[in-house]
Amino acid sequence: MTAVSDPRPTLLDRVRGNADARRLARYLLIAVVAGLIVGKDGTGDEPFSGIKGSFQDSTMLYLVIAAVVASVLARLYDAQRDTVAQLRGRASGAREQLIGGSRQKYANIAFLVLALVFALLLPLGLSGFWQRVLVERIGIFVLLALGLNVVVGLAGLLDLGYIAFYAIGAYVTAYFTGQLPAEPPFTLNPFLIIPISVLAAMIAGVLLGAPTLRLRGDYLAIVTLGFGEIVRITAVNSDKLTNGPRGAIGIPHFSAFGYQWKLDSKPYYYLLLAMMVIVVIAFRRLENSRVGRAWAAIREDEVAAAACGVPTVKFKLLAFGIGASTAGLAGNFYASKVGFISPDNFLLITSFLVLVYVVFGGMGSLPGAILGAAVLTWLPEVLRDKVPAQDRYIYFGVLLIIMMIFRPQGLIPSKRRAREFAMHEGGDALGSAEGSGTTAGAIA
Amino acid sequence: MYALIALGYTLVYGVLQLINFAHSEVFMLGGFAGLFAVRAVTSPGENIGGTKSVMLVVFGVLVGAAVGGVSAIVVERVAYRPLRRRGAPRLAFLISAIGMSLLLVNLAGKEFGRLPIPVPELFTDGTVFTVFGADVRTGQLIVFGSAIAMLIFLDRFVNGTKIGMGIRSVAQDAETASLMGVDINRIITMTFLVGGLLGGAAGFLYGMTFNVQNTMGFIPGVKAFTAAVLGGIGNVRGAMIGGLILGVAENLGVACVSSSWRDVIAFGILVLVLVLRPTGILGERLGRSA
Repeated sequence: MTAVSDPRPTLLDRVRGNADARRLARYLLIAVVAGLIVGKDGTGDEPFSGIKGSFQDSTMLYLVIAAVVASVLARLYDAQRDTVAQLRGRASGAREQLIGGSRQKYANIAFLVLALVFALLLPLGLSGFWQRVLVERIGIFVLLALGLNVVVGLAGLLDLGYIAFYAIGAYVTAYFTGQLPAEPPFTLNPFLIIPISVLAAMIAGVLLGAPTLRLRGDYLAIVTLGFGEIVRITAVNSDKLTNGPRGAIGIPHFSAFGYQWKLDSKPYYYLLLAMMVIVVIAFRRLENSRVGRAWAAIREDEVAAAACGVPTVKFKLLAFGIGASTAGLAGNFYASKVGFISPDNFLLITSFLVLVYVVFGGMGSLPGAILGAAVLTWLPEVLRDKVPAQDRYIYFGVLLIIMMIFRPQGLIPSKRRAREFAMHEGGDALGSAEGSGTTAGAIA
Repeated sequence: MYALIALGYTLVYGVLQLINFAHSEVFMLGGFAGLFAVRAVTSPGENIGGTKSVMLVVFGVLVGAAVGGVSAIVVERVAYRPLRRRGAPRLAFLISAIGMSLLLVNLAGKEFGRLPIPVPELFTDGTVFTVFGADVRTGQLIVFGSAIAMLIFLDRFVNGTKIGMGIRSVAQDAETASLMGVDINRIITMTFLVGGLLGGAAGFLYGMTFNVQNTMGFIPGVKAFTAAVLGGIGNVRGAMIGGLILGVAENLGVACVSSSWRDVIAFGILVLVLVLRPTGILGERLGRSA
């Protein structure tokens, strides 16, 4: 903040100049918002009744008291930290350099095995409802997040219409099982349609990608967003092809090799898990291959990559195709598991949510994408019992903001990104020590 | 109409190079504020006419704009500034903006109910004149007139004032601008303020024709963003032209095909334009050169 130049500072100026007062004001504001969130509902007729009710509630009082206490504590903490921080800062940096190396590798493998065992045993301890959540929400979205991670995280292409490919996968499944008004040339079991769905989504991805990948970052984002909406609205409007807003009903379950999947979620879960493992291994190998390096180069600086002889269009198309085909797989799976799809499954907001999962988990990081999607799809389901259903997404939004403020790199950032962040933080500390703002560098 | 919201996007984009997803919620809050303000000074069933209705529109627009501006600043403080200080990657801003958007939509839904609320009828609806067989109503004229007025104001503001110059300089090169003594944080706040003012005003105008609802921001938000891109994002005049083209094309398209394909037409045009001209119709004059 700028220094107060007015010879007679007003109260507002004094509050502004005083860090403690500023913090108190901030905490109070947070408390009031929190009070509103958990407080009473209002209605359109009496718009302020909800707000009034929340303020009369004792919860609000407690929250405000908590805010005051917290600001005092924070002040004490700050005073202490300032003296300790400088001593500690250098030591920890040096320590991190020493750990690592080959022990890290074994730890990783052990962790992977544990995670896999956990995933295998997980559904056994869950009720039927949670098994369904596990497959229909968490599993599907983890798969989607993995696919989008390739496009956004690895190749750095912002795709806001990702859900379109998911829709295409699902509708192709519905088509070839004969559940759409349009007659297919032949009908198959959904399990055998998997390759067709994947292929169809991939073709759609490449078709969309080919003309639009010339566009720079945000233009690509808006075109993909438009594409996603076009696909959805087409599905809504083409009564003869897609049965319009009513969607397709009665898509059969998987059956293969004499085994018939039924309503039970467990077999689906294990199939999905197997696919995920395959996808993860494939993506891991891609990431560390020549292709992955090309993607990283494109993400960091496309012009430089092209100048160094990376065929950018080819690799961007590849990323798009791979991402899209993963979504196609997820779409096929969803259609068969739930047995019912309609355009409402493929809203624009779902595209945003998948993107949120990827960034929340840590861009470009496979475990991050998995964890991000799992946590964030699980959260609304947990909140279902705890808070009024319609308020769930308030908490969701708050979580996103807090997360991005305090850990913008995501839950499990990829190694490369973690390094970038560490570098930036270092520069940042230097900048503030010199007493200058860091805004300019951060914006660029 | 789209042009107004598009301006908010384009301003913020031009300065920060990021898409402000929470802008549609600023729009929504402005709509609510204008609605409540107008409702507070009128009694239900009252017959309003003549100068009073014009005054009421102006009043609603002003209140909407004020609340829009304030909420835009709050959005910037909460969802952007802390991230900027930490040097977060661009996508983190996007996510925190989406989080903010979800928070505001649902909080507004909680406090103000989730059903659409009509704005009191401000005009004893007379058709003023007809153009090509279409009725032009007083309300529509007012909306159109105030939109034009605000567009002209903004154009003068960005191109003619000192703050406008600051905005343009930060948009071009934030680092250099700060070296030249431009207080970037202040300029960014101002940008959000202006964008929010316009967004809030647009929210009320939109609410007059349609209804006010907690989810009302989303679709116009997406459309406005489309318009901004169409005209060349970060380019103020481009946003106006983009909004105009989008609005006209959509309505023509609806007349020619059917209303259910409205959005397909909008996005189809967008894709076509961008394929032919990758930086929008007017290019990016405000932002860095492509």
